[in-house]
Amino acid sequence: MTKKIKCALIGSGNIGTDLIYKVQRSEVLEPVWMVGIDPESEGLKRAANMGLKTTHEGVDGLLPHVLEDEIQIAFDATSAYVHAENSRKLTELGVLMIDLTPAAIGPLCVPPVNLADQAEKKVMNVNMISCAGQATIPIVNAVARVQPVEYGEIIASLSSKSIGAGTRANLDEFTFTTSNAIEKVGGAKKGKALAIINPAEPPMIMRNTIYCLTDGEPNRDAITESVLKMIKEVQKYVPGYRLVNGPVFDEVPQGHRVAVYMEVAGLGDYLPTYAGNLDIMTAAGTRTAEMFAEKILAGEYNLSEMEPTQ
Amino acid sequence: MSKSLKGRNVILHDMCLRDGMHAKREQISVEEMVKVAKGLDAAGIPYLQCTHGAGLGGNSLQHGFALASNEEYIAAVADSVKQAKVSVLLLPGLGTMKELKSAYKEGARSVHVATHCTEADTSPQHIACARELGMDTTGFLMMSHLNDAKGLVQQAKLMESYGAQTVYVTDSAGFMLPEDVTERISALRDALDAKTEIGFHGHHNMGMGIANSIAAVEAGATRIDASVAGMGAGAGNTPLEVFVAVAERMGANTGTDLFQLMDLAEDVITPLMEKPVRIDRDSLTLGYAGVYSTFLLHAKRAAERFGVPARDVLVELGRKKMIGGQEDMIIDTAMTMAKERGLLTEKTLEDLK
Repeated sequence: MTKKIKCALIGSGNIGTDLIYKVQRSEVLEPVWMVGIDPESEGLKRAANMGLKTTHEGVDGLLPHVLEDEIQIAFDATSAYVHAENSRKLTELGVLMIDLTPAAIGPLCVPPVNLADQAEKKVMNVNMISCAGQATIPIVNAVARVQPVEYGEIIASLSSKSIGAGTRANLDEFTFTTSNAIEKVGGAKKGKALAIINPAEPPMIMRNTIYCLTDGEPNRDAITESVLKMIKEVQKYVPGYRLVNGPVFDEVPQGHRVAVYMEVAGLGDYLPTYAGNLDIMTAAGTRTAEMFAEKILAGEYNLSEMEPTQ
Repeated sequence: MSKSLKGRNVILHDMCLRDGMHAKREQISVEEMVKVAKGLDAAGIPYLQCTHGAGLGGNSLQHGFALASNEEYIAAVADSVKQAKVSVLLLPGLGTMKELKSAYKEGARSVHVATHCTEADTSPQHIACARELGMDTTGFLMMSHLNDAKGLVQQAKLMESYGAQTVYVTDSAGFMLPEDVTERISALRDALDAKTEIGFHGHHNMGMGIANSIAAVEAGATRIDASVAGMGAGAGNTPLEVFVAVAERMGANTGTDLFQLMDLAEDVITPLMEKPVRIDRDSLTLGYAGVYSTFLLHAKRAAERFGVPARDVLVELGRKKMIGGQEDMIIDTAMTMAKERGLLTEKTLEDLK
């Protein structure tokens, strides 16, 4: 394919920087701009070295170039607080937003669960929830598609080095957005998300535990098969997504518990492989953008005709 | 014994209705809490913490479900005390500001905002929120043995900058020896604003709860967490009534009634315990290997289920540098060890299904 959809990356932290690598490898996406707020930031320098145009004036520094540089998709990896304003300014200019903050203005997307639905909705803003959400919601859904899940709870253990300042300062948003998505996308009637940041050296690989309480006696064989199948789906875009233990079935005071213990190794693009949380987020964002890009290139998705998202 | 603490005031913070919840697998009833709280209040304890063992948001498959919601416990306890302030624990990543506000509404007036000893920068919004509510606000640096004095000072200064009025050195694993405490508390006392108080929270896994708390006070701490009859995770917290007796003999002032506390320990708390909270081979392993005290009962259960000794599991968790909140990794680790030892075969795995 010769033509690619031109993209802007907003936020020059861990996620934004890792996105450069993922988007550069895409056959339908091309990273053109990196937007930051600190001229001295490591991320902006790296982006410039990798051939991207850069601005340290935030989204306002990008706006004058959107039309002439034909930017059609923007990835926002800033924070929930600035995302709303970024999204308003860019969607007005016909740019589709892939939101990697916990802002969750647009519909929530976990590729193997509901990516195909997103294009049908003709939206201008899609939210990627959180790294923990991307790593665990496929499993919740794998159980919920077999039988109703009364309660889904996930625990994400993340290495300290892989968690940027924005996430640290706003942990509650991470918790709320992920809990909500366990319900809305995962299909659990009630969801709860726990995050632990572990500073061990050498850094620990991202670990995720998924607990589901099923409505009634769990169909063990069907759930196991569904979970294994879902893991293969995720592995298509995150090869290091791996089952460590489980599914384990237990009777607990609260009901019938299914436990699945996962680990996520990254590709080692920006941060080393322990930071699977970065990869699962950026790979899911890229996968989502690619689906839209394919539709745009095929003439099935006309951005200029859509209503801007607020 | 010398009167080396003569004239020093120590503010005690009882933990048996929060850390003690761990020892009771979160199964303390509202009525039992009220009874204990009334006893603590009458004995002059100024602060008593009461929530799920893992704090606000703690009710979960990961940490177990308590008999009542945090709001129910807090409201009942706050109603039953005359002078004591009710406090709560909040671990960012588990509890949220939403739960803090609802705890405040029910009567909580003090909070320990807890992070791992290197991750203070996950607490700014919670500390600021507590201050806005007008709560007595503490930054609580867990597993403090895993950071040196210099590193701990940096973390404490962050919490102070977010608005924490007190910063605690928290020996979650009961690993520290008195000299470790002296070094860390002294460094904090030197570096923090004179108005910022310093506290120490000990666990008794190596039998050092009292000695460490005394070392903390000598080095400048003014707040001590302890638990009547020592009821808490692992081998328990610093036994409060014992600390009071020692502190009094050394000339310190706690404003509490020792004999009432002794009676409360003997007549009310001890009968509550399912098993004696004491130093056994597993709780001693926690202290010796530097493992989070709450892991104890989880490891015992995993050991029973998968046939790997609890001590081996705890040592492995220590080696893998697992920290508070990673209780899910206990079963995971026990399963992986059982597989490696040939205890989990395809057949037994099939049985688990």
